[in-house]
Amino acid sequence: MELTGAEIFVRCLREEGVDILFGYPGGAVLHIYDVLYRQEEVSHVLVRHEQAAVHAAEGFAKSTGRVGVALVTSGPGATNAVTGIADAYMDSVPLVVFTGQVPTHVIGSDAFQETDSVGITRPIVKHNFLVKDVADMAETIKKAFYIAASGRPGPVVVDLPKDVTAAKTNFKYPKSIRLRSYKPTIKGHPGQIKRALEMIVKAEKPIVYAGGGVVLGGASEELTTFTRELGYPITNTLMGLGGYPASDTQSLGMLGMHGTYEANMAMHHADVVIAIGARFDDRVTGNIDKFCPHAKIVHMDVDPASISKTVKVDVPIVGQVKEILGDLIAALRDSGKKPKADALKAWWKQIDEWRSMDCLKYDRESELIKPQYVIERLHALTGGDAYVTSDVGQHQMWAAQYYKFDKPNRWINSGGLGTMGVGLPFAMGVQMAHPEATVACITGEGSIQMCIQELSTCLQYGLPLKIVLLNNRYLGMVRQWQEFFYQGRYAMSYMNALPDFVKLAEAYGHVGMQIERPQDVDGALQEALAMKDRLVFMNFITDDTENVYPMIPAGAGQNEMILI
Amino acid sequence: MRHIISILMENESGALSRVSGLFSARGYNIESLTVAPTNDPTLSRMTLVTTGSEAIVEQIVKQLNKLIDVVKLMELDDYPYIEREMMLIKLRADGEAREELKRLSDIFRGRIIDVTATVYTVELTGTCDKLDAFIEAIGEEHILEVVRSGAMGIARGERALRA
Repeated sequence: MELTGAEIFVRCLREEGVDILFGYPGGAVLHIYDVLYRQEEVSHVLVRHEQAAVHAAEGFAKSTGRVGVALVTSGPGATNAVTGIADAYMDSVPLVVFTGQVPTHVIGSDAFQETDSVGITRPIVKHNFLVKDVADMAETIKKAFYIAASGRPGPVVVDLPKDVTAAKTNFKYPKSIRLRSYKPTIKGHPGQIKRALEMIVKAEKPIVYAGGGVVLGGASEELTTFTRELGYPITNTLMGLGGYPASDTQSLGMLGMHGTYEANMAMHHADVVIAIGARFDDRVTGNIDKFCPHAKIVHMDVDPASISKTVKVDVPIVGQVKEILGDLIAALRDSGKKPKADALKAWWKQIDEWRSMDCLKYDRESELIKPQYVIERLHALTGGDAYVTSDVGQHQMWAAQYYKFDKPNRWINSGGLGTMGVGLPFAMGVQMAHPEATVACITGEGSIQMCIQELSTCLQYGLPLKIVLLNNRYLGMVRQWQEFFYQGRYAMSYMNALPDFVKLAEAYGHVGMQIERPQDVDGALQEALAMKDRLVFMNFITDDTENVYPMIPAGAGQNEMILI
Repeated sequence: MRHIISILMENESGALSRVSGLFSARGYNIESLTVAPTNDPTLSRMTLVTTGSEAIVEQIVKQLNKLIDVVKLMELDDYPYIEREMMLIKLRADGEAREELKRLSDIFRGRIIDVTATVYTVELTGTCDKLDAFIEAIGEEHILEVVRSGAMGIARGERALRA
């Protein structure tokens, strides 16, 4: 039987197990929307801006490990999606974004709502396609999902001209796909694994440095076994939080610009760094010339281009970290080799000294609400079991520092691109994927206003999100940098025309709360968490002078931290 | 340092812009780039000349390999290889210079492929250095126009870049 391109599109989604997509209709995708209307297997979530459709799909993907799917129209629909696509690219989120396109016979004629989506998105996708013939539709979609989810995951854009979605052909979904030019490496090279193991067990001051690849690659269990078996200290990157339980004694917390003193000092003094699914981002390394001056580096990553990109690596292992860690654990057990017990004991003694600095302490006697306190209480009252999304800024760093993630896929934030406005749409995608879970969005008054229209989407779908707004009336991270590096010239970091967030939440049909005193924090959070059936928007009026500490200033080494 | 990379890629629209876009986005330099389909019409063969340190070229190669359209590539200068570039050069050839230009073309094994009363058009192939040397030998005052293809390269002997 012949199907239209639009019908084939929906059938393909079903073949891929997609049950939800986030999108916004428009002229170029109306054939598809008409088919979506006439079926029930794939549900569609109507966002209020295409950027949010992609972020919501990211939230879905980051919290489930499945491919997120977004659908937008041509021209402005596609360009609005670009920020979300770039965000997904930087954080390696498996995503397939479908963009409508003008009919093939007018492509290139500057037609109404035409834009070169393939061209615009080329630098920010893992791959992209323009489907010119309905006969290629099914195979292209199959390829798109395969590319998005395999190897180092990433966003794939599929551009669908309107006439292609109307044209008819026989539908046959390919069982499997073989691309002669794309074969991600899965197993690590045995010789390299052997070399790595020797280096690892000989270490006297080892540290495990684990990144988002562990979470993306579903390798938390292997990472935990590996690290515990060795008894080595471990630090997680911002993207890797939850990849190893933060409450475990071997965990030193996050490293990098706003990482803990102990994690950064341990990195600086380490003789062997075991980098796992981490890419040596500049927010981690600080000044490359001063980075890990004494260390040999073992680096495992699925993406060969991430190895030795910024830091020279001694033993590279390309492959999926889950596989590599599994092989390393087996090799360690088979060899009967043990880490150097005496050296390790001395190393831990040193680390405990650094730890005793208690670098995350803050003023608990203040009469103003300290943002750190709000996060700590949120952690306590949710039992650490919530899904937490964040926006970008000071609140993001406090969330990373004070919400101790013990499980992977619970911390959903924008690490690579640092996109303000992601928090709310991320949370929508997470809540859609986990309807029964507690989903908290930790945000700032600057970030939340970048996609605040999505409160309307939350109303439409009854999403019971808990929005934790740490409101300091400043673009806080900008203010902090201006305080440190621009002699306190607060150019445009001050927000002096803020809306009444309580009324705003109420205007969208939600519950709004304003909390101004530390003693009211617990009560507000408890009340909000108890409201299982509605969105609660908590406006915490926090100390506007609070800064994120510790901090490594740009250009400094990891041992040159500013503590409080 | 100069590096020459040979790339076998899917013969699909947009493939070339993925390569050139990669270079511009990451701030790498393309000195020359030649591309055409191969005996297998689904594949294109590209020869890319770039400059940079070993570390930069290592990163370029890795990033190229990440492109879905790239089937295979090799760094030609890792092996014995042959390199050729073609040039069409139009020379003002009148008066006394006419004989001298003919002689120089012969010495460089160029072929005069078009002649008018005042102009020779010379076809010349060889390494980039040889073509540069010819231009220098001729001298600016005689040159009307130069068209160069960019380098093409192929490994010597049994070694071949195949899908």
